[in-house]
Amino acid sequence: MDWFIYAGDDPGHKLMIMLIAMALFVLVMGLILFIVDRPANAPKWLVTAGFVGPALLMLTVGLLYPGLDTIRKSLFNRNGTEFLGLDNYVRAFTEPQFLLVLGTTALWVLVAPAAATFLGLVYAVVVDKSRFEKFAKALVFLPMAISMVGASIIWKFVYEYKPNTGAVEQTGLLNQVLVWLGGEPIQFLLQRPLNNFLLMVVLIWIQTGFAMTLLSASIRAIPDDIVEAARLDGLSGLGMFWRITIPSIRPALVVVLTTIAMTTLKSFDIVRTMTAGRYGTSIVANEFYEQSFRQNNAGFGAALAVLLFVIVIPIIIYNVRQMRLAEEVR
Amino acid sequence: MAEHPVGQGTIALQQCHSRHASVSNDTRHDGSSGTYLPVEGCFIMATVTFDHATRIYPGTERPAVDALNLHIEDGEFLVLVGPSGCGKSTSLRMLAGLEDVNGGHIFIGERDVTDVQPKDRDIAMVFQNYALYPHMSVADNMGFALKIAGTPKAEIRQRVEEAAKILDLTEYLDRKPKALSGGQRQRVAMGRAIVRQPQVFLMDEPLSNLDAKLRVQTRTQIASLQRRLGVTTVYVTHDQTEALTMGDRIAVLNAGILQQVGTPREMYDKPANVFVAGFIGSPAMNIGTFTVTNGSVQVGAATLPIDRTIASNLDSNRVTLGFRPESLDVVDASTAGAFHVEVNLVEELGSDAYVYGSLKDDVATDLHAGSTDQLIVRINPRHVPEKGEIISVAIKPGQQHVFSATSGERLS
Repeated sequence: MDWFIYAGDDPGHKLMIMLIAMALFVLVMGLILFIVDRPANAPKWLVTAGFVGPALLMLTVGLLYPGLDTIRKSLFNRNGTEFLGLDNYVRAFTEPQFLLVLGTTALWVLVAPAAATFLGLVYAVVVDKSRFEKFAKALVFLPMAISMVGASIIWKFVYEYKPNTGAVEQTGLLNQVLVWLGGEPIQFLLQRPLNNFLLMVVLIWIQTGFAMTLLSASIRAIPDDIVEAARLDGLSGLGMFWRITIPSIRPALVVVLTTIAMTTLKSFDIVRTMTAGRYGTSIVANEFYEQSFRQNNAGFGAALAVLLFVIVIPIIIYNVRQMRLAEEVR
Repeated sequence: MAEHPVGQGTIALQQCHSRHASVSNDTRHDGSSGTYLPVEGCFIMATVTFDHATRIYPGTERPAVDALNLHIEDGEFLVLVGPSGCGKSTSLRMLAGLEDVNGGHIFIGERDVTDVQPKDRDIAMVFQNYALYPHMSVADNMGFALKIAGTPKAEIRQRVEEAAKILDLTEYLDRKPKALSGGQRQRVAMGRAIVRQPQVFLMDEPLSNLDAKLRVQTRTQIASLQRRLGVTTVYVTHDQTEALTMGDRIAVLNAGILQQVGTPREMYDKPANVFVAGFIGSPAMNIGTFTVTNGSVQVGAATLPIDRTIASNLDSNRVTLGFRPESLDVVDASTAGAFHVEVNLVEELGSDAYVYGSLKDDVATDLHAGSTDQLIVRINPRHVPEKGEIISVAIKPGQQHVFSATSGERLS
């Protein structure tokens, strides 16, 4: 049994465990589906249970139980020995350092999705039906393929600072440009509140491609004859954009905005990689990690996680509603 | 629907600069739902002229519309008809300003609109799929052009309500298009055009999305509305029945080239070439190419003389002969000029019956009617022959059409 639990540092050993786990999964699922399929006229509940059961079980074990356990933990102290009631939440909403975190998170949610959506929309409209459309779209979509951590490291290099002593070459692109222009290099990531926006740039850089793709498809889906009718009715240029394009893609716009908002709330990686939440850049997702695993305050970390969850819920509900509406229009 | 009090039908008279200020004032009531009521009001009217108008799509060799010359009179209802890809929609879109004109000119009235923006052409178009703005109510859809033009709100409302009354849409004004039936959407599209009070109406197959029954009903309604409004209308359809029933004149196009323009009667009685002959009329005309021997042609068992002046001026020894299913009489086998047809199928329409059959003693190999390679004969529906029976038919005197076998042009 120990062989399965303690793999140590041996990669071959780890791989073996993974393969065995996968084989087990296939075996168990196969067996369940085989048994369910066995009787000639299997009762409906049995088939349903056979197909939905394993998924429900996994969700319960992997999502529901940890979720409930997190809520429970959020009501306890750092190691779960003492019941605190809502103290952890009170702390999150009263202590200045955590109020700052909440404020920064709000800033992220307000700025990043709007900026990414706006840029994606403008790009989609500008590039639409141009000669380089495919290439231009690929260019903007490419960052989507890079992991958040990877993107963060790239941008950390862009913002890199070295004191301007003459002998030292700047490695950071931005500072090098500043030096070329005869300016002094700036410690970008230390300047609050500027550093927050510089961190958001990374997320916007990644998400603009997503927004552009969805919005471009949505613009394409506007029937030609509606655009033509609008031309006959006297619209062109910006008038067409505001009165026909925007209303026609409104559902897609909302879906894009809310989807990016959810990603923003969860974008722990960027902050963690670039500043680790220092210099006033921490957001709830990062602070939750910080408290749980660095400060070993499981109770408070759990409270932050629950908070994050509660903030995301209304966005998800709105998102789903809009998607349903969009389907209705079609 | 209640009676309309006199005066309600007046559409913004201060907007009128028309020679033709108002249309019939007296007949103004029709109770049935969905009926276009007469309207009084003013519409500025104009002629439309295509002068060698040509459209070549980028990347293609053959013009989609090739030097189209067409003059449409003030207040006329002209139908552009032809098979798909013939250039009829392109012609209409050139007039609308939605397609570039690569050669020639287009005039509305005296004005050369070839390079004028669509919105400045003073036209209104009804699209095949209606092209209603899904995010706007019916009233906003209808008044949108006026809103963009900066017309005062009260006047927009008045004109929209007026048009809605004509089209029986009053109770739907606050609905979104998706909450309407196909027929209602079609009427909103019409309303949108009417509200603009344009010089010319353009209609691009506006009935093709309606079911058969509604299409026939709406067909008459649009035609009568157009007569009452008296606005010059260019109407595109691929349906020759629609063309015949609606148009003052019909223009038949094929492969981007205008084939013939004329009244429905002219198109039916004197098709200018084989294409028009085969296209106009339902079921289609029987057309075949025959060898001329001694001034006559051999159709099955019958020897039919060809007019002497035609026969003497032929550029080959062959001639194309056409005769409509309704130009054939069932006769005795011994009658002069009778040929024999073996019945393959009888199509009964109640008022008429059509025999689809094959010509016996055939010498011509390509006798056909429309897309079938059979001969079609209209017969008395009270005396229908059996399948397999052989009937004798003769062409009614003077009802045969003779075309050149080489150019397809009409000779008779």
